[in-house]
Amino acid sequence: MAASVKEAQDLWLDAFLEAEQRWRDTEPARLRKLRAEAWDRFRSLGFPTTKHEEWKYTNVAPLARTAFRTAEPAEPAAGVLPDSAVARLVFVNGRFEERLSSASWPAGVRAGSLRDLSLRAVVEERLGCYARFDQHPFVALNTALFEDGAVVEIARGAVVEQPLWIIHLAVPSGQPSACHPRVLVAAGEQSQASVIELYLSAGQGIFFTNAVTELAAAQDAIIEHYRIQQEALSAYHVATVQYHQGRGASILSHNVAFGAGLARNDVNSVLDGEGAECILNGLYVAGGEQLVDNHTALDHAQPHTSSREFYKGVLDGKATGVFNGKIMVRPGAQKTDAIQSNKNLLLSPEASINTKPQLEIYADDVRCTHGATVGQLDEEAIFYFRTRGIPRDTARELLTFAFAADVLGRMKVEPVREQLERELFRRLRPSGNRGEGA
Amino acid sequence: MLEVRNLKAKVGDKEILKGIDLAVHAGEVHAIMGPNGSGKSTLAQILAGRDVYEVTEGEVVFEGRNLLEMSPEERATAGVFLAFQYPVEIPGVSNMYFLRAALNTLRKARGLEELDAMDFMQLVNEKRKLLGIDDAMLTRSVNEGFSGGEKKRNEIFQMAVLEPKLCILDETDSGLDIDALKAVAAGVNAMRSPERAMIIVTHYQRLLNYIVPDFVHVMYQGRIVLSGDKELALKLEEHGYAWLDEALERGELVAV
Repeated sequence: MAASVKEAQDLWLDAFLEAEQRWRDTEPARLRKLRAEAWDRFRSLGFPTTKHEEWKYTNVAPLARTAFRTAEPAEPAAGVLPDSAVARLVFVNGRFEERLSSASWPAGVRAGSLRDLSLRAVVEERLGCYARFDQHPFVALNTALFEDGAVVEIARGAVVEQPLWIIHLAVPSGQPSACHPRVLVAAGEQSQASVIELYLSAGQGIFFTNAVTELAAAQDAIIEHYRIQQEALSAYHVATVQYHQGRGASILSHNVAFGAGLARNDVNSVLDGEGAECILNGLYVAGGEQLVDNHTALDHAQPHTSSREFYKGVLDGKATGVFNGKIMVRPGAQKTDAIQSNKNLLLSPEASINTKPQLEIYADDVRCTHGATVGQLDEEAIFYFRTRGIPRDTARELLTFAFAADVLGRMKVEPVREQLERELFRRLRPSGNRGEGA
Repeated sequence: MLEVRNLKAKVGDKEILKGIDLAVHAGEVHAIMGPNGSGKSTLAQILAGRDVYEVTEGEVVFEGRNLLEMSPEERATAGVFLAFQYPVEIPGVSNMYFLRAALNTLRKARGLEELDAMDFMQLVNEKRKLLGIDDAMLTRSVNEGFSGGEKKRNEIFQMAVLEPKLCILDETDSGLDIDALKAVAAGVNAMRSPERAMIIVTHYQRLLNYIVPDFVHVMYQGRIVLSGDKELALKLEEHGYAWLDEALERGELVAV
């Protein structure tokens, strides 16, 4: 399957020409232009190497060398969709599955495929306005190549109780296949909603998911966003989530990375109005030879904004973790209040984590703190459990679960939290097939 | 019930136990006293299965089984319980969850039915009054943010719920105010029974005013140098441990 980098780039060119051709007549002019610009940018940036500071610990050479073809349409496996996902958009290998998706939506919500003509206005106006691709080759590649995606529009003042699900299912085939899912969520002023993005896979085979999500929360909107990735170990999963927050807008972001052999998530927010608040909550669990890389960036662009970041990682086997937490305080963004924490638990001597805060502060009346820890399970605590009759393995599971559980505890959608608690337990069990997709 | 014969143990190159002999029968309460560093906590921890100590000689038989070959969880299943000198804080695991998991693991291993949430609550409510365990202590994480007294009371509460055969209390009295000491003693005394034995490791005689032992042993420099009844504890209280040094020098004491 390996090809030279040159050949691989030619394959991407084919994919681009194909996409350009296919959407020539139906896509708005602005998007066609964006595609072409993104393609040019991808060509000049190329895939990053470990010489790039942002990719220092994450070697994407195996991905860059692989000749991926655009994922073919596939039949979704039965029973992979969670029962609790009632209001949902389902995509299989990047294609919208109307049959599996909801036909009606709660009041104040319009949702569908970005090819849906009734959503054309918001797509034309907003898509690509938040996730910048000038420095990020994968965002550029997604913007040049995306086939389809999800659009969710929440009306001004709408308070939506029912969680809105966006489920991406990858069904790999014999040949390495690639898919570039795109998500756009536009939350109106004073709206309130939960959006859950779930990335799953079914079946064997190498595949590459290159996702970009843009979520804009207008003034005083309150949005809870989940990104849950449970793809198979044969996956390369690269994703960017870009939030944009208006005045007083509040985002509670959950980022759960359980799957994929190589997973890289960029979660960014621009706090672009006074009083905006952002909570970044993250959990990564990896074993075997998995690599999981989380890069977060909080851009405090206006005064009186606050951010809280809680990322935790559990690494076993020979797994590698990367955490890079950037906090940028723009000139004049006084009274910024930012607290960042990254805690890691290494369950094996061969597991490793590279964790780094990155603070860029250009205002003088701010509070920015950060802290990172790397530790092992407490042998004292294990002995304590054992003297009460609880065997060593169970003690390790419970202690590891307890370490990670407070991240899940911040999730407000109960069925999701409970499902993730069960999934976490399953992955922590030594007999369980840790790292496998759901 | 418990037979310790010529037990020697070291940590690193340092020999801590230099030949301990101790026989404990069902229904008996033994106090082990001694100055700091005499090895009494080491003995308690070795009995519970702590592996930082290396046993170099001797044997420990618990109800006919070789205790030293059993894992800590096997010992717990067999009925050995250690109330820790420094109970461990376990953030994220609620006291109730922990205790129920422990109880049901033990019950399962002993071939008993696991208790459901209702039956468990009933048991907890029965046991907690004596020790003054309130709702908050049950729902909080195990020992996290507990005061010293709360931690010790929680140990005895666990003991009351798990109902071991052999209770080993490692300096349970240290750091307790008089009210907490009385609560702990009441909890322990309520558990005294002809089927159960207790080993109470303590530096001070004070606890023994409330939990009256059948036997008192004095440990010194890794050996039991003196054994007697409860009067021995009073004598130690009166004369202090310095008296041991002098008595040893005068040749009045030998290992028993």
